[in-house]
Amino acid sequence: MSHHDDYVQAPGKLITPVTVVLALLVAFAFAVAGYRFVTSIGAVSNLNDGYPWGVWLAYDVSIGTAFACGGYALAIICYILNGWKYHPMIRSAVVASMFGYALAGTSVIIDIGRYWNVYNFFVPSQWQPNSIMFEVALCVMAYTCILIIEFLPAVLEKLATFKDGFFKSMALFVAPKLDKVLIFIIALGMTLPTMHQSSLGSLFIITGYKLHPLWQTNFLPLLFVSNALLMGLSIVQFEVGLSSAGFKRPYEYEALEIARFIPFVGAFWLAIRVISLVVGGKIGYLFTSGFHSAMFWIETALIVIPIVMFATKLTPRKAFFMAMMLCFGGGLYRMNVYLVGFNPGDEWNPYFPSVVEFMLTYGFIALEVLAYIILSRLLKLLPKAHAAGAH
Amino acid sequence: MKSTRRGFMKAAAIGAGALALSPVAAHASKAITFGPDEVGMLYDSSLCVGCQACVTACRNSNFNLDDTVSLAPADTAEVRWANVQELDYRTKNIIKMYQNPENKSEYAFIKRQCMHCNAPGCVSACPVKAMTKNPETGIVEYDKGICIGCRYCQMACPFNVPSWEWHETFPKIVKCELCRETNLKTKGMPSCVETCPVKAVIYGKRTDLMAEAKRRIAEKPGYYFQDKVYGEHEYGGTNVIYIAKVDFEKLGMPTLPDYSYATESETIQHTIYKWMAAPAALYVTLCAIALKHQFKRDKDERNNDHKGGHA
Repeated sequence: MSHHDDYVQAPGKLITPVTVVLALLVAFAFAVAGYRFVTSIGAVSNLNDGYPWGVWLAYDVSIGTAFACGGYALAIICYILNGWKYHPMIRSAVVASMFGYALAGTSVIIDIGRYWNVYNFFVPSQWQPNSIMFEVALCVMAYTCILIIEFLPAVLEKLATFKDGFFKSMALFVAPKLDKVLIFIIALGMTLPTMHQSSLGSLFIITGYKLHPLWQTNFLPLLFVSNALLMGLSIVQFEVGLSSAGFKRPYEYEALEIARFIPFVGAFWLAIRVISLVVGGKIGYLFTSGFHSAMFWIETALIVIPIVMFATKLTPRKAFFMAMMLCFGGGLYRMNVYLVGFNPGDEWNPYFPSVVEFMLTYGFIALEVLAYIILSRLLKLLPKAHAAGAH
Repeated sequence: MKSTRRGFMKAAAIGAGALALSPVAAHASKAITFGPDEVGMLYDSSLCVGCQACVTACRNSNFNLDDTVSLAPADTAEVRWANVQELDYRTKNIIKMYQNPENKSEYAFIKRQCMHCNAPGCVSACPVKAMTKNPETGIVEYDKGICIGCRYCQMACPFNVPSWEWHETFPKIVKCELCRETNLKTKGMPSCVETCPVKAVIYGKRTDLMAEAKRRIAEKPGYYFQDKVYGEHEYGGTNVIYIAKVDFEKLGMPTLPDYSYATESETIQHTIYKWMAAPAALYVTLCAIALKHQFKRDKDERNNDHKGGHA
C-alpha cells in the first residue's frame, strides 16, 4: 500500500566540504540566536518602533514558507489534479517544506520579544479570532505538525529495517495504521496552507497607509495564496534541477510536465495584480513613485518573463533557470510588501537589516539545505530513477 | 479524471469567490458610536504653551524613576531621560513643535500619546488579547502578562504609538493607558491633565469633550484649522480628540479615512472564515477527490498484481 519502491536514498557521504561549510554557518547562526536571548533584540538588529518587523519575518517567515510550498503545490497536483501520477516526487518536496516551516517557526520564536508567553495561543479564553496573526500562528503550527506526519512514513520505513526490537515492532505496528488515515491528513495539508498563505498577505491590510499603494490592496490574501502556489511550483523545478546535479542522478522529466501548471497559476496571479491596481485607481503610481515604481517593475519583470517562458518548449536547463528567476520575482513581491513598500513615516530611520540579522537568516537557509542533504542520504526520499519512456 | 478535475475547479472557484468578493464587501463600515461612559481627552493646540510639564508629570506617575539605569546605551550617551524626541520606551506622552520654516513666528505644539481609537488597530491585531479596549471606559489597555511580543500592534497602529523596549532582555510594550492604574485611579484624571497649567488638555466623557470642542469652534469661526475636530471621524473616531490652528498634517498627524483599517481587515477575514464554512468545504472537497484517486490507484495496483506485473 505505501509504495516503498517509488523511492531511493541519495548517494554520497554525510561529511563533505559542502556539509561542513553549511554546518559552520548553522553553528554561527545558533551563536547569534543565543546572543540575542542573553542581550536583546535591539542589540542584534536594526529594528525600531517605526519598523518593528525586519528581515527575520520578511525572509524567514514570509518568503521562507512560500519556498516551503513545494509540498503544498505538489500535493494539489498529485492527489487532486492528476491521480497520483507524480507521487514519487512528493517525499522530497514534503521534507523541504517541513524544514521551511519548522525554521519559520523557530525564527518567530527568536523574533518575538516575550516568547515565554506563547502558551497563550493554547488558552482558548485568550484566542482573538479578529487577529490575522492569530490565524497565521495557529495555522502554521498545525501545518508544521501535518508535514511531520506526512514525513513519518519515510522514517518508519527506515526503522522497519532495524534489527528486531522495539523500534522495528513499533514501526511495523504504526505504519499500516498511518497509511490508512494519511490521505485525510494530506487533505488537511492542502487546506491549511491555503488559509495561512492568504493570511500572510492579509496581515498587511491593517497597516493601511504605511504600505505603499502599489502593494496595499484588499486583494492581498488572494495575491499571497496564488503567489505561494507559484513559488511552490518553481521551487519543485529548482529542487529537481539541483538534486539531479548535486546528487549526480538522472533528471526527473516529470518535473517538466508539472511545470506546465506554472503559466496557468501565473496568469491568475497577474490578473488579480492588474485588477487590484485598476480597481484601486493606482495606475499612476506605476510611473510616479520613483524607487517604488522601479521595484514594482523589477518584481513584475522577474515574474512575467518566467511565466511566459514556461509556456514555451522546455528543457531541464531552461526550466531550472526560469524557476530560479520566478523564485526571485515571487520572493521580491513578498519582500516589497513586508519591507520595501513599508514606510511608517519620516520620523524613523529607514530599516536595513544588520549583519547579525543577515547571519541568522543565512544560517537558517544553510540549515535547511544541510538537513535536506543529510536526510535524503539517510532515508529513501528521492524518486527512483527510471529508464527513459517510463510515462 | 475529467469529473474530479471539474469538482476541484468548482471547489477552487468557491474559495476564490469568497476571497475575491471580500474586498468589495469590506467598505461597509459601521456607524461610529461611543458608549455613554467612554472617556477621553480634548487637546487644544492653540492653548498649549509647550512647557512639557505634562511630559514630566506622565513620567513621574507612570515610570519608576530608578529605571533610568536601564536606559539603552545609545540613549544615556546622546539624549537625557527628559529630552525625548519621539514617543519611545521612555515616555507615554510627548509634546512636539511645528514651526513654519519660512515664517518662524508661525508655530504650534502637538501632544502625542495613545488616541484610544474607537476601533483600535492594535486590539484587532493582537493575537492573544494582550491589547483590549475597555468596553465601559473605552481605554485601550495593555497586559504585559499576556503579550507575546510579536509587535503586530506597532505595525497596525496608524499613529505609531506603541513603543517597544528594544534594549531590554525581557522587553514589553509601552503606551499611554490614560493613567488607568495610576493617576486616574488615585486622582480621577490622567496626570498630564492634572498638571497642565493652561488647561490645554482636559479629561472627560467622550461625548462631553466633543460638545466642548464644537462649542469652542462655534465661538470663534475660522479660528481653528478648517473648523475641524481631529478624531471625530478619523480612523472611525478616537477617544482622544484634537483641535488646532495649524493643519494637522503639518503637526505630524496622519490623514486617515473615516473608517478603521482594523474594521476593513476584520471584515475581509470574517467573510473568508465565516463559521469556518469555506475552509471546511474546501477540506471536505479535497478529501473526497483525494480518496477517489486513492481507491482508483489501489484498484489498478491490485489488478496489476493479479496479472503478475508490478506498479
